[in-house]
Order: sequence, then C-alpha cells, then structure tokens
Amino acid sequence: MSADAMVVVEGLWCQFDVSRPWLNRIFNREGRATLTAVADVSFAIPQRKTFALVGESGSGKSTIAKLVVGLIPPTRGHISIAGSSVTDKSGSARRQHNRRRIQMIFQDPYASLNPRWRVRRILAEPLRVFGLEKDRRETRIPELLRLVGLDSADAGKFPHEFSGGQRQRIAIARAIAAEPAFIVCDEPTSALDVSVQAQILNLMRELQEQLGLTYLFISHNLAVVRHMASDIGVLYLGRLVEVAPPNELFDRPRHPYTQMLLDAVPDLESIGSRVRRPIEGEAANPINPPTGCAFHPRCPYRNDRCKSEVPLLMQIADRKVACHGISEGRL
Amino acid sequence: MSEPIPGSWQRFRARLERVWDSDLTYSFRTSPIAIIAGCMTAILLVLALMAPWVAPQDAFDVAAVRLEDGFLRPLERGSTGILHLAGTDSQGRDVLSAILYGARVSLLVGFASVAFSMAMGVALGLAAGFLGGRVDAVIMRIADVQLSFPAILIALLVFGIARGFIHPSQHEQVAVYVLIISIGLSHWASYARTVRSSTLVERNKEYVQAARVMGRDNTAIMFEHVMPNVVGPVLVIATINLALAVIEEATLSFLGVGVPPTQPSLGTLIRVGQQFLFSGEWWILLFPSIALIILSLSINLLGDWLRDALNPRLK
Amino acid sequence: MTEPALSVRNLRVEFFGRRGKLVAIDDVSFDVAKGEILGMVGESGAGKSVTGAAIVGLIEHPGRMTRGEIRLKGDRIDHLPAAGMRKIRGKRIGMVFQDPLSSLNPLFQIGDQIVETMRAHLDISKADARRRAVKLLDEVGIPAAASRVDSYPHQLSGGMRQRVVLALVLCTEPELIIADEPTTALDVSVQAQIIALIKALAKNYGTSVMLITHDLGVVAEIADRVAVMYAGRLVEIGSVRDVLKGAKHPYSQGLVSAIPTLRQGAGALRQIPGAMPRLHAMPNGCAFHTRCQFVFERCRVERPMPVRSGDIEVACWLHGKAVGAGP
Repeated sequence: MSADAMVVVEGLWCQFDVSRPWLNRIFNREGRATLTAVADVSFAIPQRKTFALVGESGSGKSTIAKLVVGLIPPTRGHISIAGSSVTDKSGSARRQHNRRRIQMIFQDPYASLNPRWRVRRILAEPLRVFGLEKDRRETRIPELLRLVGLDSADAGKFPHEFSGGQRQRIAIARAIAAEPAFIVCDEPTSALDVSVQAQILNLMRELQEQLGLTYLFISHNLAVVRHMASDIGVLYLGRLVEVAPPNELFDRPRHPYTQMLLDAVPDLESIGSRVRRPIEGEAANPINPPTGCAFHPRCPYRNDRCKSEVPLLMQIADRKVACHGISEGRL
Repeated sequence: MSEPIPGSWQRFRARLERVWDSDLTYSFRTSPIAIIAGCMTAILLVLALMAPWVAPQDAFDVAAVRLEDGFLRPLERGSTGILHLAGTDSQGRDVLSAILYGARVSLLVGFASVAFSMAMGVALGLAAGFLGGRVDAVIMRIADVQLSFPAILIALLVFGIARGFIHPSQHEQVAVYVLIISIGLSHWASYARTVRSSTLVERNKEYVQAARVMGRDNTAIMFEHVMPNVVGPVLVIATINLALAVIEEATLSFLGVGVPPTQPSLGTLIRVGQQFLFSGEWWILLFPSIALIILSLSINLLGDWLRDALNPRLK
Repeated sequence: MTEPALSVRNLRVEFFGRRGKLVAIDDVSFDVAKGEILGMVGESGAGKSVTGAAIVGLIEHPGRMTRGEIRLKGDRIDHLPAAGMRKIRGKRIGMVFQDPLSSLNPLFQIGDQIVETMRAHLDISKADARRRAVKLLDEVGIPAAASRVDSYPHQLSGGMRQRVVLALVLCTEPELIIADEPTTALDVSVQAQIIALIKALAKNYGTSVMLITHDLGVVAEIADRVAVMYAGRLVEIGSVRDVLKGAKHPYSQGLVSAIPTLRQGAGALRQIPGAMPRLHAMPNGCAFHTRCQFVFERCRVERPMPVRSGDIEVACWLHGKAVGAGP
C-alpha cells in the first residue's frame, strides 16, 4: 500500500482547548474543556487517485483538510506527502520546498480570491513564490487560463467581474500553477449552482487525467463524491466509521451511520415512493461526545459494548468499518 | 487573438473613461456639495502651494515689509505700490499674502501629520489584528489610553517633552517637525482601531488561507494581501483628520506653542489679530479666520461625501 | 373549481438603477392550489426568491413590482398599503427563510415569540396561547416541549431552530407558507427530517406551500408540482413526476441530467455550456437560446410564453401550438 501512496496519514488527532478563561473556571468550578475535532484518523491515497471524505457538520472533515495542508498543526499523528513528512517540526526550508507539491481549492469562490488583486497577480503569486523565472511566467499565465477554460484576456480583470463558477476556475488555475502533485479540495462545488457544478467537476477530472494529480476531496454531498472518488471515507464526530470504494459503499453500506446518511439523501429517481428508515436525533456535541461509539445514541443496533468501548477501524471483507455490531457478526 | 493591441494612448483614454464612469466619480458628479467642497479645497490647495508666485508680497521676508504701511484698511494701496485687498497688519505685512503663506504652513503640517499618523496607525492596526495575542493586547491598550486624552493635550505633551530635549537655538528650525510628529502621534489610534477590526474580518477569509498554504510569511500576507482590503475606511478618516489637524495646528499656534512667529500659520495670524479686534482693525482677525473656516469646512464636507459614497458599495 | 390558494398573473418586477432598469421577473404566472406543495426551482439569479418576496410585498427600493396581480384565495393582495400587507404577512402567509435566525429574535425565548405572534394576529388569551405554543412545539418534533418552551434560540441546534420557525409560522394557521431554501443550511440528515415535517404539517393543516429551492432532490421528495425558473421567466411547470421524468424544456432537461445521483456511476456529468445571462445582458427572444442545442430562428427573435403540451406547461418553441399558428 505505501509503495505508491502519494499521501499517508497515520493516527491523526486534533484537539482544541476551548476552556473558558481561568477566572471564569474558578468561579464556576468548571474543568477544562477540550474539543476533539479529529480522532485517530488514518488513510492513504495512491497516486493519481481521489480519496473523498464525507461527513456532516462537526465531523471534522474541514479540520482534516487544514491539517493535511499544514494550516494547523496536529495534536498527534503523522502526515507525509510524496514521501516527505509534513508534520515534522524541523527543516523549514525543506518544508517550503514541499509546499509546492500541495495546494488547496476552497469552498467559497467569492472569498478565496483577493478582491483587490487582478487575476494576473493572483496566478503569478505561486509562480513567484516557487521560483518560476519571470519570462516563463508571461507564457505560463495564459496557458493556465486556457487549461481551465477561460480566456487569456481575463488576466487583466478583477475577481468581482466573474461569476462564481469562473472564479472557481481561477482558483483551480492558481492551485495547478506551480505544478503540484496533490490538491486538497474543500467542498469546491458546494457554493455553486448545479449546472456550474457539473462543469467544474468535469474540469477537475480532466485536469487529474492530464496532469496526474492526486486529490483529497472533501464534501457533504454524497452524489458528487460518488462521481469523483476512487475511495471514500465516512466521518462521524471526528472518526472514520467506514472506508470503501464507491460501488461497495453506495450499493451495500454497512455501518449504520452510512446507511442513515444514504437514506437521507433526496433521490430524484424514486419520486415520493421511497420507504424511509426513521432517523433519530441529531449529531452530538463534539465537546462532550457520547462514551464509547459516538454514534450509539442514534443507532438502532447498539448494545452495552457500544456504550463503553470505542470501536476501531478494521478491515472486514471488501472495506474498513468501525462498528462492534459488524465485527461481532451481529449486522 | 487577432485583435489589434491598443496603443498606450487608447489604453489611457479607456482608463479615464472607466474612472469617469465609476460609481465613485458618478457620486461626486451628482452631489453639489461634494463638487463645491472639492473645488474650494482644490483652489485653496493650489493658491497655498503657489503662494510665492501668487501672493503680492513675500510675507515671511522681513525686508519686504514697511512699518509705515501698518494698519492699512482693505482695498488701500501701500507705499510699496501693492493694493492690499485685505489690509495690512501692525507690521505693515499684507494680510492676504500672510493668509496664503500661512495656509501653506497649515496645509503642510496638516498633510504631513496625517501621513505620519496614517502610516503608523495602519501598520500598528494591521499588526494588532493579524498577529493577535499579546501584540494585539499591548497595542490596543496603548491606543485606549491615548484615545482617552484630548488630542491637543497629547500634542502639547509631546511638544513640551521635545522642547526639553532640544537645544533652544535649534527650536525654530525643528519646530515644524516636532509639531508634525506631535499632531501625528495624537491621531494614530483611530486609524489603528478601524484597521484592526477590518483585519480581524479579513484574516479568516480563504484568500489569506490560500496564501498561507503557499507558505507566505506573516509580513507578506499582512501588507500584500490584507492591507489593500482594509484601507478603504482609512481614506475617509484621513480626510476628516486633515481638517482636524489643520485646526489643531491653528490651536497650538494660537496658544503660542506651534510654529515659530517667523513662519506664521493661520493660527498665529488669528492669535495676533485677536489683539486688534476691539481697537478697530477687524480685518487682521477676520480674514485669516474666514480662510481657516473655509479650509476646514471644505475638507470636512469632502470627507463626509467620501464616507457616504464609499459606504453603499461596501454593502 | 375551488379558488386556488395563491394566484399570480403576469408578475413583473423591475430594479431601477443608474444604468437603466433591470427586469428581474418578466411576466410570470402560476397558481398554487389549496393544500398543494409547489416547488419553485432555478439557479441563483433566476428570480425565485424575488418572486417569493414580491408575493409578500417585501421588494425594496430600488426594486418594484411594476405589473401583475396577486390573489390570495381570491383576494387581491398586491398594492395593498403597508399596514394592510403587514396584517396578511404572518396571519395568512407565513415565511420560512434559509437562516432560522432571521425569523427568530435571539433575545427572546422561543415560547414567548410564538405567543407574541399569536396574540398579534388572533384573539387569544395569554394562557391559551402558551398552551397552544407548547402543543405546536411538540408537533414540530421538539423533544420535551414543555420544558424547552423557555429556551433561547442559541441554545438549540440548526435543525431545532428551523422546527421552531415552522411552529412560529403555523401558529396562526396561514393559508400559504413560502419557504425560501429552508433546508439549504442544514446537514443532510436534518434536511431529510425537516422536509418530511413540512410535508406532514402541510397535510395536517391544509396549508399550501411554495417551496423555493435550487435542490431538485428536495422538490422530488415532497412537492406535488414544480415550476422551473430561468432568468426571471417561467420556463416549465407541471407535476413533479412529469417534469422530472419527462421534462420538455431543454433547460429543465439539462438541469435534471446535470445533477449527480447516487445511482449514477463515474463518468463525465452532462453539462450545460455557458452560464445564465446577467440581467443587464438579456438576449432577445428566448432567454435560453444562447445555450440551447435545439435553437432555431424563431427562438432568437420571439420570446416563447408557457403553453400547454401534454400535462405540462412549457415555454419553448419546440412545443405546444404549431409554429405559425395564430393565438
């Protein structure tokens, strides 16, 4: 597995101290409060493939995106990209060199481009930072614009002169400018209209083919993920509960949360005639998660072990699942 | 791809057209107050700048002044042959020329102090908002303390301290610089506060995160990315502060702690003229006062218009 | 035939700006029958929210409703004075927005807000109103309603808040509810609960619902009929089954096939080239013709109005009356 893996994440934890100020705690006799955003997450992404992380709010998917890219440091765990470690504290020069390989595409096309910069400058920044010579920059910028389906004349415009979909194209052009190997996509189409979404997703797939890119694709939209990913991880309250390829995951979901999630997606195909499993409750508070398996309060198959022991992600048949019910053979 | 590349003149014209058509220019064109205030400010600025060429007399040149021309009424002709449109003062100095030269000093001090406080305030506000933590706490506490004092008091304080350090023979030469710095120091906090709040908002936006992902350091992000996005309101504050600075300089000079008497500003003229108001030589006080009022009023109105014009676009 | 709950005829909304006037809604007509859920779909800028706002008289300067008639159960409600409209809003028409915090005042307890609304529109005592409020909260699925009735909005999660908004809207038993993207900001699992709730409540109370959304999936789940908006015009309207399975307008067809579904495997998604025209650069004739693969000459010059074609009304020269036939 690790031989050709572009991205390896091992035992990733991310906890935030959200305690109230010291004085308040003394008066109210409170303890410290910790928010566990990411708990013991491990996965690997082979080269030129797309790994998708799905989850709802509070699942930790955006935090993982930021951890992988290096925007926040993990509390514990190890991340390496193209063989070199990202989490190692030493060697800042080496880290800067590595940054070239990793880029990110953000959710909000209106906020991810500096409104006061022209497109030319936005695209020139990564070229400048990663040391592309000036004269080559002149040809590279129109080339990038053409690659993402825009006109080279667009280089002189400001972001507000473009629509949401076009801005996302510019963001993609910026991400591929310095020829990265790996791109983290944080809900890249969630803020776009459906028809524009189709254009952008198709563009991302084309670029992946052409440039040999590896993607970490974060989304809450299961249908989009099915379309893009070669492997999918389902997150619940910071932990991976199921990891499987798309066909296996969607045709035969095994973890109760995955089943519930798939059931909740409105389906265009069967109009008004769907039999729905009753859905219970809402996701718990990540500051005070339930004991044992975080999903147990909402799970129709829970037993005593689920209430006390955290299930580990284990390889079972064609996928990985973290569920006592499944590992015990009950489900 | 087959379009002829426009020449530099066409590009310039296109740019002018874009500016003419822009929301800001349109708002200016359609607001009578803005146009009047703008014109007044422009006229005063030009006259003050061109004082050596426009003024009938070099008001700072002691040799050009004749004592026997003293206390001439407005529209009287003096012995030097000059028609004194605003009369002369006790020394025989042409009041109109004195106003022009005085306005020059006032505006010089005004612009310079605004530039100083803007640079300091923006830089500190950016640092406080972006870096947060202790840097933020220290800068903002100093700003809080300072904002609780009236600006004049601060200027007086700085001025007094500076006087203690500088040798009396140097006083006159550096007076203007000390004045600029003291007025500048009394205003930086308002810029810092505004810039800090805007920076706090911009800091969390994705384009800043994108720059971080690229590995850019804090200074680069602060000045290249964030600053252009937070300086909008700064322009408005600067305009209003300019009027304030001019008044402050006048007040300080009026109190006798401003510019040296050899380079009188409008404030000095007002102080001097005050003595003669009730002895009948009203013109020595009236004209410099009118000039000061017009100057600060126009700048203020311009600032008001600018604030309103920039606001709806921000919505 | 009974009076439709809502009847909109020839609605036109224009925005007056520096550069002239922009037509945000151009001659739109539709009905919502009693107890029916009508889904209004379209992409951003298509004018669906503006339509909703026009119906309740919330179009603000520089926009204005310049033409059209809006009838609520036969009573004309467009061009009512502000006081009259305020009585209608809240009592006869309820509104649910995307962000529950736009409808809920963060400073007041949820029970009090419901009681206040009831007392403003109905003749009811405080005690009775409070009893009804608790009952409503229970109906919308707030657990332990009797004790939660005194909570503040910020103490509830997003899904719970939206339930409270539904209770707030239903407390006056309105004839029509306009829901503008009620579940867009919610997680998928919560979204499923809320749309099921909307459907159940509409059925129980006999209220008509105009559901404005960009999400065709939500419409497929609970709506009876669907209207497709494009660039301020109505391009197709019909039953959900007819439109989703057999859309006639090329835009609707493109929209339905551009949506990735759970069944579909990997492979390029069908995309519609180009983008919706901006209001100030509207093409002549049919607004969609610049992106349509079936475009012909008439489309470029004459705007098609909705005509009946089978069970659907569609605004497209490919359907309805034969080309060249008189009115």
